[in-house]
Amino acid sequence: MAIIEVEDVARTFTVRRKVGRLKRERSEVRAVDGLSFEVVAGEMVGYIGPNGAGKSTTIKMLTGILVPSEGRLRVAGADPSRERVRLARRIGVVFGQRTTLWWDLPLRDSYELARRIYRIEDARYRHNLDRCIELLELGPLLGVPVRQLSLGQRMRGDIAAALLHDPEVLYLDEPTIGLDVISKNRVREFLAEINAEAGTTVLLTTHDLTDIERLCSRVMVIDHGRVVYDGSLEGLHGIGGSERTLVVDLATPQPDPITVPGARVVRMEGPRQWLAFPSADSAAPLVAAIAARYPLVDLSVKEPAIEDVIARMYGGEVGREMEAVSG
Amino acid sequence: MARSVALAHPPDPDPTGPTGPTPLAALRARPGGSLRLYAAVARSSFRRYAGYRAATWAGVFTNTVFGFFIAYTYQALWQIRPHLGGYDLSAALTYVWLGQSLLMPVAAMGGGVQDDIEARIINGDIAVDLYRPVDQQVWWLAADLGRACYHLLSRGIAPLLVGSLFFRLRMPAGGAADQALTWVAALASVALAVTVSFLLRYLAALTGFWLMDPRGIRQVTVVLGMFFSGFLLPLSLLPSALAAVAQHLPWAAMVQIPLDVFLQRRTGAALAEGLLLQAGWAGLLLGAGQLLQRAVVRKVVVQGG
Repeated sequence: MAIIEVEDVARTFTVRRKVGRLKRERSEVRAVDGLSFEVVAGEMVGYIGPNGAGKSTTIKMLTGILVPSEGRLRVAGADPSRERVRLARRIGVVFGQRTTLWWDLPLRDSYELARRIYRIEDARYRHNLDRCIELLELGPLLGVPVRQLSLGQRMRGDIAAALLHDPEVLYLDEPTIGLDVISKNRVREFLAEINAEAGTTVLLTTHDLTDIERLCSRVMVIDHGRVVYDGSLEGLHGIGGSERTLVVDLATPQPDPITVPGARVVRMEGPRQWLAFPSADSAAPLVAAIAARYPLVDLSVKEPAIEDVIARMYGGEVGREMEAVSG
Repeated sequence: MARSVALAHPPDPDPTGPTGPTPLAALRARPGGSLRLYAAVARSSFRRYAGYRAATWAGVFTNTVFGFFIAYTYQALWQIRPHLGGYDLSAALTYVWLGQSLLMPVAAMGGGVQDDIEARIINGDIAVDLYRPVDQQVWWLAADLGRACYHLLSRGIAPLLVGSLFFRLRMPAGGAADQALTWVAALASVALAVTVSFLLRYLAALTGFWLMDPRGIRQVTVVLGMFFSGFLLPLSLLPSALAAVAQHLPWAAMVQIPLDVFLQRRTGAALAEGLLLQAGWAGLLLGAGQLLQRAVVRKVVVQGG
């Protein structure tokens, strides 16, 4: 069952620009344009894209603090902007760059307030808080004023605050931004755990692809306000002319590059040569063809770095190709 | 969290169609329904200000110094013109020190949660506030009342005690019942004063959504607050036509009325009239705040900030 439904959603902003002394020019910016996707309850989806692609605009519309200019949105069966307050009780939101905690007060006080805001019954509050304290190692931090927490500690505190009322959907906007490796891992482990145990649907935006690799079976890439890729992380390799590299070590250095159909040499160094071939192709026939003609000592296959694939998508090459395909 | 999701969200007995929530759902989701929540907000706010001890002592010191400064000025003035504005010297000096006591709690010249809201509008954190299923105006009112309680207990009482050591101040007089009535009425009047002041500061802060910089409005409200609240001089010292108008403005509800209640210049019908005027302004400004707040939400949600 889809818990998040986005159908042909567009959002335009009117930008006023000063032209000359008094004249102002109005222009429209389409931050999100023809966006469509669905998220099934219990899924954990990575939502990535370059700065200004429309990620935050999407999250704002999904939480109801921004209405779409066109299209249709449903979250947990509700129209977010029209039932914002009602929906707020069923979703959790965490911003890496903002905090919902009370700055001057001990962490514990913010949780007490959350208990009142969401009218969480005592037993459930105790249970959820204990769980967060245990998994996010918040115990020693409860009495510390939020302003004295480190970024990683504050982030963990914020995530706990967003989960005390058992939200069905959790939106995370760059939850690991600025965190060190240990803090990032702790946050990731926690998110994986609550997703597995409570079945919380998670939509996560990030610039750190490791977050996606560790957590999300599905990734959506958005650029210029529309989804340019929706599928598994591995699947990203297969599209847009991504290439793998076959590294071969020959018995003796060859004066000329190896010539085999379906691959081309991109680098030579003594007896070692690097051959690029399409990711979607199998390496086996290539290896067989080379072994038949050259004295082969050793070989290895290198996967393309996912960052490179995505960097190319952001560059627009793949995005345009995909758009052309999807019409 | 484990497996408690089903428990946490019992199926809605009133699933809402595309036409919007049913009255029952709206009632259930109605923000501001929980008095306990807002009491907790007020307590948190109280503790938050109580956390800054050094700032409190520095503030008490400043209030006291200013109290002396203005008290001596009044003393000189009242020696030349006794019974100025209908106050005798002792009443005038009490007016000065009580005015100092109310300076921070009432914040007639701006401040309190107004600072927080303005900062959150500028840095965009205000958007996070909208994710909470609460009434923003009531939330901030609770926070400001908590703050005011702390400031009344710290920066309200200390300067008054010092002042009473050096000057003859006037406490409520009369029979025990009269005294008790005066104290109760004065405290109620102070509570209303804080409320009216907050509601006006809230309106001023929300203008920040339209004006990129809240400082202009702030300067105007500081000046209006300083003169029309009666903080600097009792309003009865103004030219009579102006005084008559000023006595009925919301700023009079912040300092002038509570002080006159304490000094027993308002008793009987005048007392009731004063409290009603305060309550009236509170109701009017509450409504105005709700309307402006709705406009703000519309602006943010529809226009995108």
